[in-house]
Amino acid sequence: MSGAEKIAVTVTDIVPLNDLVTRFEFKRTDGALLPTFSGGAHTVVEMQDGDITRLNPYSLMSDPMDQTAYTISVRRDDEGRGGSLFMHNNVAVGDEMVISYPVNLFSLDLRARKHLFIAGGIGITPFLAQIKQLERFNGHWELHYACRSESLGSYVDELTGHHPNETHIYYDDQDQAIDLVSLLDGQPLGTHVYVCGPKGMIDWVRKTAADEGWPREAVHYEEFLAPQPGKPFEVKLAVSNKVIHVGEQESLLEAMEREGVDAPYLCRGGACGQCETTVIDYTGNFIHRDHWLDDSEHASGQKIMPCVSRFEGKTLVLDR
Amino acid sequence: MSKFTFPESIRSRPVYGTLEARDGSAHLLVADAHGAEAILDVATPEMMAKAHIIYIPKGEAFEDKLRALNAASFYAGPSYAAAEPRLRKALADAKMGLQVYLAGTEGLMGQAQNAAMAAGIPHTAIQTEHRGSIARRMQCVHCKGITEDVETDPFVCSHCGLNLFVRDHYSRRLAAYQGVCIDAEDPGNVPSPKGIYE
Repeated sequence: MSGAEKIAVTVTDIVPLNDLVTRFEFKRTDGALLPTFSGGAHTVVEMQDGDITRLNPYSLMSDPMDQTAYTISVRRDDEGRGGSLFMHNNVAVGDEMVISYPVNLFSLDLRARKHLFIAGGIGITPFLAQIKQLERFNGHWELHYACRSESLGSYVDELTGHHPNETHIYYDDQDQAIDLVSLLDGQPLGTHVYVCGPKGMIDWVRKTAADEGWPREAVHYEEFLAPQPGKPFEVKLAVSNKVIHVGEQESLLEAMEREGVDAPYLCRGGACGQCETTVIDYTGNFIHRDHWLDDSEHASGQKIMPCVSRFEGKTLVLDR
Repeated sequence: MSKFTFPESIRSRPVYGTLEARDGSAHLLVADAHGAEAILDVATPEMMAKAHIIYIPKGEAFEDKLRALNAASFYAGPSYAAAEPRLRKALADAKMGLQVYLAGTEGLMGQAQNAAMAAGIPHTAIQTEHRGSIARRMQCVHCKGITEDVETDPFVCSHCGLNLFVRDHYSRRLAAYQGVCIDAEDPGNVPSPKGIYE
């Protein structure tokens, strides 16, 4: 069995927050306690959407020490592949679902003297758990949170209400923007910066921090990529001795799973490295979309991350 | 010649590099003895305008050359112990964007790295370059005493007097290598000391 261990849960609460974001609460179906986790962890939610099993990662936003329930917030993506739409349209209170044990690819570095959080939109969710974790230890943190508008500012009221001195909100439609250079300049030695949000925001924070002389080790980011649709292609799996067809709307990883091939995974978003697969032979071009392999590995034609990357060409043979 | 190529060893053993100028809001350079040469190599006028140099000459005649770099702040002192309060104050006042450059002996770099780590800098973000003496700062695993500038293996612990074997196991927390009694099983059977890398 690939991926983290599974937990059978029941949906116990659904709260629409605004036009785009809805919060879901899960409790264990057997009534037992859930595992504690660490702020920044995500769970992979299994969705039985007709014949398709969707597996989407969502950041846990509840108190990491609260073992009675987990909560996630799902932003509806009308252009996406359907996971978030399924959660919004097909999931009801009382439904039984399967989620994975928490996996953390975005944990706090507790050696930091200060934690500087930068969130964009739904990227606020891992920070909600990290803030609750840090508050227990009287940790030193500060949040800068950019939202499109007041009406789409998920959890703004909760944050500004509980943490008025640490929370700074920026509304795009009011032309408010994070002054990043000034923000990074003068932070005390030992500050770590964490960013979660759209790719452009992550790139901007990483580049600005590097330009300002911040060590790479003090810059943390999490970006879940959703697999993008693309042209269908065929893959030969050498170990399983199968030729499989990857459809337009599914990822290579999902196609392998559909065919009963036990392929490893954790994040399903190009970040964790778990699904790294060796290419035995190929004629064509890779469409690498992960941020696990480096540029030279992408260019080498020897590795692919099946959770988000695709292929266009005549033949692709994988060691799986 | 102040450069020495250390033989390959276990993962625990620190590996030193060559200092390179990095962009930063301020630059803290700490060196002893021939470490001054590494600073002279890496220094640029732009860096020196925002630089604080802390230097322990240990009898070497580089102080005037370093002074001539016109760093924003320059200090020369007789020992690391004498320089340490200044180093800790500089780190306590520093902001993110500070670049740290260490050069010279292993003992100096290890102790300064320890201070920088304690101030919140990841150890992998601290640049180091070995120059000069290949002597080591050793901790006796039996009495925990530190013996500085150990050049031979085995050596006699300056605290408890045991004959200690020089190991490559290194502690960043202590900024010292491990020294282990070499004649515990057969007291008095001590190989004659030779240079650590001979």
